[in-house]
Amino acid sequence: MDWLNLVVFPVIRIVVLFVVLLTGFAYLTLLERKLLGRFQVRYGPNRAGKFGLMQPLADAVKALFKEEIIPNHVDKPIYVIAPALALVPALLIWAVIPIASGMPAVADVSIGFLWILAIAGVEGYGIILAGWSSNNNYSLLGALRSSAQMVSYELPMGMFLVSILILAGDFSLVNLVDNARPWWEWIWLWLAFPFFFICILAETNRSPFDLPETENELVAGFQTEYGGMKFALFMMAEYTNMITTSAIMATLFFGGWRGPFAEEIVWLGPIYLLAKIFILLCLFIWVRASVSRPRYDQLMTFCWQFLLPLSIGYMVISALLAVFLK
Amino acid sequence: MSLSLLFFLVIGAVCLAAAFGVVISRQPVHSALFLLVNFASLAVLYVTLDAQFLAAAQVIIYAGGIVILILFVIMLIGGETNDFKAHQRTWSRLVGLGLGLILLAGLSYSAVQKLLPLPADPNAVLQGGAPKTVGLELFTNYILPFELVGILLLVALLGALVMGRQPEGAGEGIASLKASDR
Repeated sequence: MDWLNLVVFPVIRIVVLFVVLLTGFAYLTLLERKLLGRFQVRYGPNRAGKFGLMQPLADAVKALFKEEIIPNHVDKPIYVIAPALALVPALLIWAVIPIASGMPAVADVSIGFLWILAIAGVEGYGIILAGWSSNNNYSLLGALRSSAQMVSYELPMGMFLVSILILAGDFSLVNLVDNARPWWEWIWLWLAFPFFFICILAETNRSPFDLPETENELVAGFQTEYGGMKFALFMMAEYTNMITTSAIMATLFFGGWRGPFAEEIVWLGPIYLLAKIFILLCLFIWVRASVSRPRYDQLMTFCWQFLLPLSIGYMVISALLAVFLK
Repeated sequence: MSLSLLFFLVIGAVCLAAAFGVVISRQPVHSALFLLVNFASLAVLYVTLDAQFLAAAQVIIYAGGIVILILFVIMLIGGETNDFKAHQRTWSRLVGLGLGLILLAGLSYSAVQKLLPLPADPNAVLQGGAPKTVGLELFTNYILPFELVGILLLVALLGALVMGRQPEGAGEGIASLKASDR
């Protein structure tokens, strides 16, 4: 058995990936608070360190040293395991995302697209179980909302993914970025991007679709009964999900690691990918700062009566394009 | 003992333990979670058989869809309604026995079929379970079973719609949704 290639290198890649992602999470919280501050004409955190750069560290220390409170009325094993279940899928998706020319983050599986769909499918468990096991009406309502919302928006998201898959003709994400696309395919893809982004907002429970945790109706939704490090894990899950979904969108719609000279100089690939992720993350924050939250029935109606038919139509036209123009 | 056999034994043990957990645990949500573990370990077994598409489909459909819906239903109708205590109904034992016999017949039929020579080597047909070959087989040679399953699902959907149209005032409110008070 080839231990070096099968075990040692993947483990090194995974560790590096996790360190980068979790550091990215920490500074994404700072970026969000800073940008939100600027959107609202104030400074944002600027006390800890230069420009508030030590703020994530201070937050982490605070979360770590808080007393671990587990309420008596919760379903204990599930209550403890739920935050971890929320975080892990966000990290797992990264395995198939290509970070440089012909190089995936961890493994180039032949079913890269399906991997994304599969992991996106199990993403809801953390929130659903957190809400149920807390044994609290607010938490439970948040969990019910989140499960319905995630299952609903998974449908149009899956349809858009299938359309991209039909046009690409290959399940591997590495090949998707490596193969050149004709110009009309890019334009056709970018037409779908706003709608795909809406699905992603709903899937990641980001504002304006953060109905599972609306503070004006449900206190804090599914995370009402959580505190300290377990609450921090939910924050980690949300922000890591933002980074991961941005990476997916950058890969699917904006050419992933591609950029000037990226094919000759390999280390430019990850830098271009990071730049694209950064721009998309700013888009997330921009949307949060400027769009208000819809009512829950509006959210569901929008998905089932507008987004789903639209995505099915998009898939049909994509299939026609793939047959006649490719 | 080879490494792959050891791996198979470990995952198989997890799978079986989870299956027992589904039957044994008294809390429906715990049962559903054991079912999730069972499905996930089955997907891992599929990967070891080189059936990657099947593994992905297993996770997407069962772990990502069905168990979430099961959890959703348990939360909506509550975990401690009498419907879950099957021993209160006399006929449920008969139904279980009949279904068990059908399952036994199906399993023994497939076991007997294993002893007969196979019509074609499944590895040659499916070529490692790549999505393309699976799709081609499904939409050419096996189109009739595929369509039949589609109709079956449609019937189930319509049935659920008919049963779901209850007279108003049938809901029990939020009190029945919570995890059981201990």
